[in-house]
Amino acid sequence: MQQRRLSRRDFLQTTSAVSLAALLSGCFGVGGQSGGSSNSQSIVVWDISNGNDQKLIQDITAKFNQTHSSIHATVQFFQNDPYKQKLQVAMGAHQPPDIFFGWGGGILKSYIDAGDVYDLTPDLNADPAWRDRFLPSSLGAATFNNHIYGIPNDGVQPVVFLYNKDIFAKYKLSIPQTWGDLLALVKTVKQQGLQPIALGGASKWTYLMYEMYLVDRLGGPQVFDAIMANQPNAWSNPAIIKANTMIQDLVAAGAFGSGFASVSYDTGQASALLYTGKAAMHLMGTWDFGTITNDDPAFIQQGKLGWFPFPAVEGGVGDPSNLTGVPCNYYSVAKTSKAIQACVTYLKDAVLNDEAVDRRIALGEIPPVKGIENKLSNAPHSDWLLFVYRLVQKAAHFQLAWDQALPPQPAQALLTNLDQLFLRQISPQQFSANMNQTIGT
Amino acid sequence: MSVTARIAPTRRGPASWPALLWTAPALCFYALFALFPLLVALYLSFTNWNGIAQAAWVGPANWLHFFSDPLTLHAVGLTIEMMILTWVLQTPLSLLLGVFMAGQQRYRAVLSVFYFLPLLFSTVAIGITWVSILDPNFGLINVTLRAVGLSSWARGWLGDPNLAFYVVAIVIAWQFIPFHSLLYMTGARQIPRELYDVAELDGAGRLRKFFSITLPQLKYTIITSSIFMLTGSLTYFDLIWVMTGGGPGYATRILPLHMYVTAFVNEQVGYGSVIALVLAASGIALSLLLLRVTGFLRMSSQLEGL
Repeated sequence: MQQRRLSRRDFLQTTSAVSLAALLSGCFGVGGQSGGSSNSQSIVVWDISNGNDQKLIQDITAKFNQTHSSIHATVQFFQNDPYKQKLQVAMGAHQPPDIFFGWGGGILKSYIDAGDVYDLTPDLNADPAWRDRFLPSSLGAATFNNHIYGIPNDGVQPVVFLYNKDIFAKYKLSIPQTWGDLLALVKTVKQQGLQPIALGGASKWTYLMYEMYLVDRLGGPQVFDAIMANQPNAWSNPAIIKANTMIQDLVAAGAFGSGFASVSYDTGQASALLYTGKAAMHLMGTWDFGTITNDDPAFIQQGKLGWFPFPAVEGGVGDPSNLTGVPCNYYSVAKTSKAIQACVTYLKDAVLNDEAVDRRIALGEIPPVKGIENKLSNAPHSDWLLFVYRLVQKAAHFQLAWDQALPPQPAQALLTNLDQLFLRQISPQQFSANMNQTIGT
Repeated sequence: MSVTARIAPTRRGPASWPALLWTAPALCFYALFALFPLLVALYLSFTNWNGIAQAAWVGPANWLHFFSDPLTLHAVGLTIEMMILTWVLQTPLSLLLGVFMAGQQRYRAVLSVFYFLPLLFSTVAIGITWVSILDPNFGLINVTLRAVGLSSWARGWLGDPNLAFYVVAIVIAWQFIPFHSLLYMTGARQIPRELYDVAELDGAGRLRKFFSITLPQLKYTIITSSIFMLTGSLTYFDLIWVMTGGGPGYATRILPLHMYVTAFVNEQVGYGSVIALVLAASGIALSLLLLRVTGFLRMSSQLEGL
């Protein structure tokens, strides 16, 4: 789910923002050396936010610098994909910025293993109010061996079903509670000549949502934990084979239409299927709310967008409250930083402080911070915000997207094998056999 | 006569070292940006390296893996297929277009401008444009097919594993045919008019003139164009990456894509270096082979007797 931030609009916003940032850094000099007084510690933060989020971070950082005379923080912004390369190179050269943006999971782990990331656990334990500020499920993707290496810096983004209320009303459909309900629903919608579920298969990570949810509902989080623990043949778990059989049944039932493998999520085509009324449902991360707001604001203003969590699966042992998606994005501190305590102060006082929380809510984001229901219910689209917040709040487990959690090579193999699975080029058994070969690589 | 004869030998001695001096900057750049990276890649091919941590020496393991890895062998097969397919698609069309454009009539110049347009676009722009034209739900092709009642012909063009490879090959041909037409046009314009005049006197028709004069006279152009096509097909990356990312499944993952995914996405730089070196070696071997087989190096004249 790494490419979710790329849409045409985001791209334009980012390019303009990057040129603005370049202009600003040109005017004021890179880093705080030229501006700060001689005894102030300067820290550099790398981030990929764009548009309003970027403005928010700049404002919060400016205020932080005013109130902390001994620290001068500078945030540099990059585009999503170039950023990954740039961070990789900077880490390889052991010259990362003091604080860097990340997605948690496998990439962060590879930096931790190389000894480049500062362990934040002692600082969090020394300040329980700070540690307990976050919803527990949101820290998972930055926690390794019970050590925390990242602090949430934006909103939670679980994967949920979105649906077109017009279509549901027209054909008197009701929200599915179980997988059986969903299959029946797919059949009914198909008979009306509509595509039941939009799927942007060309982006590949979109396939993952079905895989992650079905495996979790059938076998619980321990199935994937075993894969992460490099247990031999962990991909042959009966829950995975069953889930993949169910996926192929769903494809065979025509749930996604015939051209799904060439529909791209990243260019907005999959979301367009939902709001143009060509498809009834779409299983997608909550960031899609923002995509639809951008591309067809009327669809949201007229209340045509509906939502429901991934249904329970009959006979599964997984907790139906479990979520998958992006628990959060994180800021981590580089071990090479010359001002680690200043970085910790920045994370504590600037990142997701009360003002940032308020402003993020106003932007339609849901920070993983405890006790913000009142704020959410006063915000526009409060029904949506509260739905997502409560899902995360009561989630027993929040699984980071597998392609982010796994090391790069198995992650890529997973996406390609899912592609073949959805196209029914390989059987569930072959899928397991192919993936078993990637264990421990 | 006697003056030039006397001067020439005295120039020969010192002439060699300034020549070396003049080429020194170019040689330095060549060494720095071509030879040195090649040697680094050779070193990396004997290591396991993820791009961050220390590279670990593993000996010939990566090379042995290359010849037994089913994914890599699949990519090699696809690359050869792509090489043949693009040659077969592009050569006849470029040849005909080029010969047509070599004519003198004014309207041909106007038409040529349109033929050359694909050459002027950046590959990424071409990829993005074709992806939206080929989109299964909103794309021009399927929308048109449905509008004229041919709904059953509508496809997920790039999402069908049996189709995507050919669709990509056609778009590649669309992009590069203008370039090769340009080569053939120049080649055809070099053919002396006298040959055609004589042929006409002998009563040769258009087809006869094409097969007996134009085609043989274009021999070296065909070789040049083929070398460009065949070695170029070893570098097709950007268009395929933008259009399919190598998918669906592995349907369009040719060797250059496989190299990129292996080295930079999967972070297996060592194994990726093996693939890169194989690609570089194949490119060099292929062009040498073509030059030798076709007699291009002898540079024998096609115009004897004129």
